Amino acid sequence: MSMTTKADQIVDKVRGSRVWRSVFRSGTGSSTLHRALAIQQNVFLHLFATKVRKRMVRFSSTWYLGTLTLGTFLILVITGILLMLYYHPSVPQAYADMKDLQFVVSSGLFLRNLHRWSAQLMVFLVFAHMFKVFYRGAYRTPREFNWVIGIVLLLITLLLSYTGYLLPWDQLAFWAITVGSNLSSAVPLVGSKIHFLLLGGNQVNANALLRFYVLHCVILPLAAILFIAVHFWRIRKDGGLYVQQSEPKTQAATDGTLPAKEVK
Amino acid sequence: MTQKLPAEFDRRAFFTKIGLGSLGIAAAGTVVFTYEFLSPNVLFEPSAIVNVGKPENFAVNSVTMDVNSGIYLVRADEGFFALSAVCTHLGCLTAWNQDLGIIACPCHGSKFTRTGEKIEGPAPKPLPWLKTSVSDEGDLIVDRSIDIPPLQYLRI
Repeated sequence: MSMTTKADQIVDKVRGSRVWRSVFRSGTGSSTLHRALAIQQNVFLHLFATKVRKRMVRFSSTWYLGTLTLGTFLILVITGILLMLYYHPSVPQAYADMKDLQFVVSSGLFLRNLHRWSAQLMVFLVFAHMFKVFYRGAYRTPREFNWVIGIVLLLITLLLSYTGYLLPWDQLAFWAITVGSNLSSAVPLVGSKIHFLLLGGNQVNANALLRFYVLHCVILPLAAILFIAVHFWRIRKDGGLYVQQSEPKTQAATDGTLPAKEVK
Repeated sequence: MTQKLPAEFDRRAFFTKIGLGSLGIAAAGTVVFTYEFLSPNVLFEPSAIVNVGKPENFAVNSVTMDVNSGIYLVRADEGFFALSAVCTHLGCLTAWNQDLGIIACPCHGSKFTRTGEKIEGPAPKPLPWLKTSVSDEGDLIVDRSIDIPPLQYLRI
């Protein structure tokens, strides 16, 4: 008996066990049905399609820009939660905590820089993803609503970037938020009210720091996760990842699926 | 034989209206409640009224900046006046340049004269003149919350 089959037997035994079956109901075996059930019956994976075509997941189709954006978002959530353990959103402690993270906390410099660079990269990737979608025409019917959700996610990304900018509480942060929040005063009629509510006062101060902290760490990430879930689910609902219908037949033949079953 | 009630007395429609109406009132209340909650009633911000000291501390034809309160106290030949140092563009703190005799903003390059008029840059309005008075003790008092028309010098 070869090693592979023995390992397979062990895996099958675990997957067939009562405990495993109580968690994952799709059961043993690797038939198409079982593999489809594994996707369908998982609360996270059921957002995605059970079957995708090879040319949908080819690198050239999407350059994986959406997936990479999700990757930076996950890095930001994990590093962000860790940074929160050493950060007090108060004046002037916030600045000292930021410096402590850089020079006192073990791995603090690495985590802070990882958070910062991932944030820059995420903004870049969001735009790159949108350009790719736009130039391929992947925003067209029936995917136009998913494009709108993408716009909402773009705004959330920019707001996350903006609110995070104040948290180091240095001169750059202070004046950037002074300038940025004054932009909201330009809204007709209610501009100064929006400015007041955003900052929790008339100037960038302790209230503003705390409000931006709550927005940055709780409200905006929750909104982002919610819209990301809808965004992914809509990919399946809108017929899977977009593939150009005009692509040459020779490429379609390597798909491993019958052309007649092509999703239109 | 039962008589069918007219549509406007339909029990289901009546309760639907009551229910939606109550939800509407509750939603409006929630908006007001949230707005009130988000607007702080007490602010720990510096007072708008600033005591800048005795008039004789300022030389004739001098511009003195108070960085903490964001104002210029100018003593011209015509008298005293106070000018807001906060740029009317996007709220950066401007600075007085003694050599050039102008007020300049470091953020987006707006420039102003000593009396607050814009020379160049994106600022949409001149720097406002602020209400200036003399206290009983003879100190100069500037109220940053009250703008006055320009060229109203305080003569002592």
